[in-house]
Amino acid sequence: MSLLDMSSGGPSLWAPEWLPRLPQRLVEMLLQYFGAPEWLVTTAGWITAAATVVGVFLGGFALLSLVERKTLARVQNRLGPNRAGWFGILQPVADGIKMLTKEDIVPAKAEWLLHLAAPILIVMPSILALGVIPYGREWTPVPLELGLLFFFSVGAFTELAVFMAGWASGSKFPMLGAMRAISQMVSYELPLIITTVGVVMITGSLALSDIVEHQVGFHLGFIPKWNIFTPWGFSAGIVFYIASIAEANRCPFDLPEGESEIVAGHMTEYSGFKYALFFMGEYLGLFAISGLGITLFLGGWQAPLPGLGFVPSWIWFFAKLVVVIMSYLWIRATFPRVRIDQLMRFAWLCMLPMALLTIPAAGIWVFTANPDGSHGILGWLTTVPLLLIPWIIITIIFNRRISPATRSYTFADS
Amino acid sequence: MEPSADIKRLPAPARWSIPGIGLLKGMVVTAQNMIQSYYRKERMTTVQYPEERAPISPNFRNFPFLCYDGEDPKAGLRCTACTICETECPPQCIYIVLERDANGKSLKRPKVFDIDVSVCMNCGICAEVCPFDSIYMDGEYELSKQDRFNGLLFHLDRLAKSADYHMKLRPKEAGEVAARRKVEVDKKRAVQAAKDAKAQTDKDMAKPEPTTKGEPA
Amino acid sequence: MISDPATSLTSAVLAPAVDDDQLLHVSLGPQHPSTHGVFRMNVVLDGETVVRLKPVFGYLHRNHEKIAEGTSYLASMPYTDRLDYICPLSNNWAYARAVEKLAGIEVPERAEFIRVILAELTRLINHTAFAGFILGDMGAWGSALMYAFREREKILDLFEELTGARMMANFMRFGGCRNDLPDGWSAKVSKLVDEYGPFLDEMEKFLVGNEILLSRTLNVGSLPKEVLINGGITGPMLRAAGVPYDIRKVDPYGIYERFDFRIPLGATGDCYDRIMIRFLEMRESLKILHQALDQLPDGSFIHPKAKIRNFKPPLGEAYARIEGPKGELGFHLISDGSTRPYRYRIRPPSFINLTLIEDMCLGLDLADVVVILGSIDIVLGEVDR
Repeated sequence: MSLLDMSSGGPSLWAPEWLPRLPQRLVEMLLQYFGAPEWLVTTAGWITAAATVVGVFLGGFALLSLVERKTLARVQNRLGPNRAGWFGILQPVADGIKMLTKEDIVPAKAEWLLHLAAPILIVMPSILALGVIPYGREWTPVPLELGLLFFFSVGAFTELAVFMAGWASGSKFPMLGAMRAISQMVSYELPLIITTVGVVMITGSLALSDIVEHQVGFHLGFIPKWNIFTPWGFSAGIVFYIASIAEANRCPFDLPEGESEIVAGHMTEYSGFKYALFFMGEYLGLFAISGLGITLFLGGWQAPLPGLGFVPSWIWFFAKLVVVIMSYLWIRATFPRVRIDQLMRFAWLCMLPMALLTIPAAGIWVFTANPDGSHGILGWLTTVPLLLIPWIIITIIFNRRISPATRSYTFADS
Repeated sequence: MEPSADIKRLPAPARWSIPGIGLLKGMVVTAQNMIQSYYRKERMTTVQYPEERAPISPNFRNFPFLCYDGEDPKAGLRCTACTICETECPPQCIYIVLERDANGKSLKRPKVFDIDVSVCMNCGICAEVCPFDSIYMDGEYELSKQDRFNGLLFHLDRLAKSADYHMKLRPKEAGEVAARRKVEVDKKRAVQAAKDAKAQTDKDMAKPEPTTKGEPA
Repeated sequence: MISDPATSLTSAVLAPAVDDDQLLHVSLGPQHPSTHGVFRMNVVLDGETVVRLKPVFGYLHRNHEKIAEGTSYLASMPYTDRLDYICPLSNNWAYARAVEKLAGIEVPERAEFIRVILAELTRLINHTAFAGFILGDMGAWGSALMYAFREREKILDLFEELTGARMMANFMRFGGCRNDLPDGWSAKVSKLVDEYGPFLDEMEKFLVGNEILLSRTLNVGSLPKEVLINGGITGPMLRAAGVPYDIRKVDPYGIYERFDFRIPLGATGDCYDRIMIRFLEMRESLKILHQALDQLPDGSFIHPKAKIRNFKPPLGEAYARIEGPKGELGFHLISDGSTRPYRYRIRPPSFINLTLIEDMCLGLDLADVVVILGSIDIVLGEVDR
């Protein structure tokens, strides 16, 4: 085996497609050179591949925690952290040291074992979910056949961990936060999964790399054939985006933390490194869910315009990831938090019907396709009204509840 | 007061506004703020404190100091230990002991003048009530100390600052004070000179004429 | 005034629907991120619905009134800064007015103008900061608060230039003000007033149409007018419910009669109206500021015979009130002819506006409690005194 073999297939010229796999290949080659048995080579390779993903995303977590603070600060006309190192680049390190050296407090009424296990269990599924996402043409850490299913079954574990944290703390604010978290996550998990059904129907596969491969090519030569550029995919993408914010407990759906109402929700009784683990889990979950969204709707690692294929595919993936995460930050900088009853009403009366409607729309889209896979006017004519009219009805209903048009203000002059 | 007929409707969203338009407007505002914070001074008002400092206005006041004339803080101190500031101080943070000579006669200067700046609330009433132009509010604000009790109890040597310092801190106020004091000192000197001259003439004159008994000061 | 049990102030009629042992007793505060200081609410929750709410205060009690009875009249002036520390100059004015009424001191015209300018700038500070705070209570990540504080800083810089301190101004004196305006100060205020309108436009664009804000505030925390009047509620909270009561108009003081301004009135008195009324009031304040700055006369800033030391008002008693940014702020003084007040009593708007919080919150969510508390706009320095 030589290095040249591994760079096969890609049209890349300057930045090698196989760069992210380099550590794995190196370990494998090294072990083969010393004549290690085959099973050892494979296992070591897997471990190295997993370590690469974890390393990349832990670095991303550190960077994101800084970028988030800097961005939000700029939005608020502040400078943000700029003292630790150039441009505050060492701030995550300082935060980490601070978190590690803080006293670990366990409340007297806490179930100490569950209290200890919850932060660990919240990080674990996020890392597991990150393993199945195709980051580049050559780089899917664990290419599972049932990748999508694996992602959601692992991701569902987060709810358990959050509830565990809230219940085991033996305190009231965490308990309220846990109750909010469980109802919110269960409600939004439903539309989140249902929207992916359409993608699976179109692709005919649960493997995430197949889903990306299916979005190869361009309409009219310049519009990428991503799922977001189809009527059902657009609708599903919006639902998925909103539901993913709720799944990741981000503003405006950060009710489980709800710092102005219930202090810090399920994290209230945590301190030190356990608290840092919650943050890590939250950010890794954010990476995972936005990575999945990119894979399903935004063409994964595909270049957005023709002729840009020479850039390594994983760079496109991470560029899209940055864009999606910046949109989360922008929303966080702007929106207030919704209330729990509004959140639930929104989930069940808006998100769920719209998610369900994407399934027939995707079915119609498949059946109206021409034999060569292109779509005629018929598919647009049927799916667009099918989705647009319910959207309008639902938004009118929701808008009427909150219209201030009836408010008028008088002035007393004398 | 009755509500008038002048009913003004706010620029509220119309009845059939596009859903989410308010949220998008808000996002536009935050984006504007983010971008403009890079080039508009009135958006980014942060002052990087230890390196750069916001200018202090002449009226700015922090803890009090005691003013002295000339070079020697002990001799030139304007304070006469009259304890007006001590009584008027709202949180009672000033402590004054009058200095007396061996016979118990007042020397009209403080032996002890302490201000507990951990109690002081920078109100400036002491400076206002002082009839001797002695106590003024300082502009110094970097006063953090390791020792909470003794470090923040300012004694006379720490409090005494020269009139030049006052002049530098608040030129307008100090200039007025200096001018007024100069007039007073001149007047006093003139009175003293007149008194001396009178005494001289009195001495020179023959005794038996009982004329004016010194000047009404 | 009213005897209808449905609008009576007692909330005991709203008994919980479930057994008491199934309810969750939560103590919100005194250390809680959004109680605006050290305020505590013992909340009984049924799920997330508030069944009972008992406000507990006094954590910031500083014995202000009793201290004032032991010191000279002037020495209480810096303490009034610390009542409602967001708007110290209004407090100064209310106290100075009470003493002036007690001693019958005239205030020069220029001093009255300076006082009006400072009071209206204080109103701008308070209402701007309020918009930021309530967004913070709603869970927005501080953007509105930071914009509000950015503008507030500009006003505070002006205060520092004039009074020597950003917040603890201690500026008003019995019979005028402590010092005259520095050179160029009024020009700076004019510039700020001109720039404030666009800022308010931006804030309104940011907040007024925001669907999440609307859904969080519409029809939250409103009470019937009669209940508000009976509860002694004053200020923007009362006017949001449509009661035309503003002391600047009802019982004019200072030189407010000379200015042309209007009193905005809401209709329902919910949290949204309370926000909007404050925005409209800021516009009216800008109007007053424009007029006051244009007409600012020359002259003395303090009555020439005003005494600083040994101030002894004649025997008597006086109550003076102003329309503070939060409501009616009154000082009641009884003099026994000595240098110290015999009785010193404050009518704090924050405290009295807070008394109806349980009636507003019952049956709503825990998240609404925080928004309602924010919309009352309290400062604990004034509540606990």
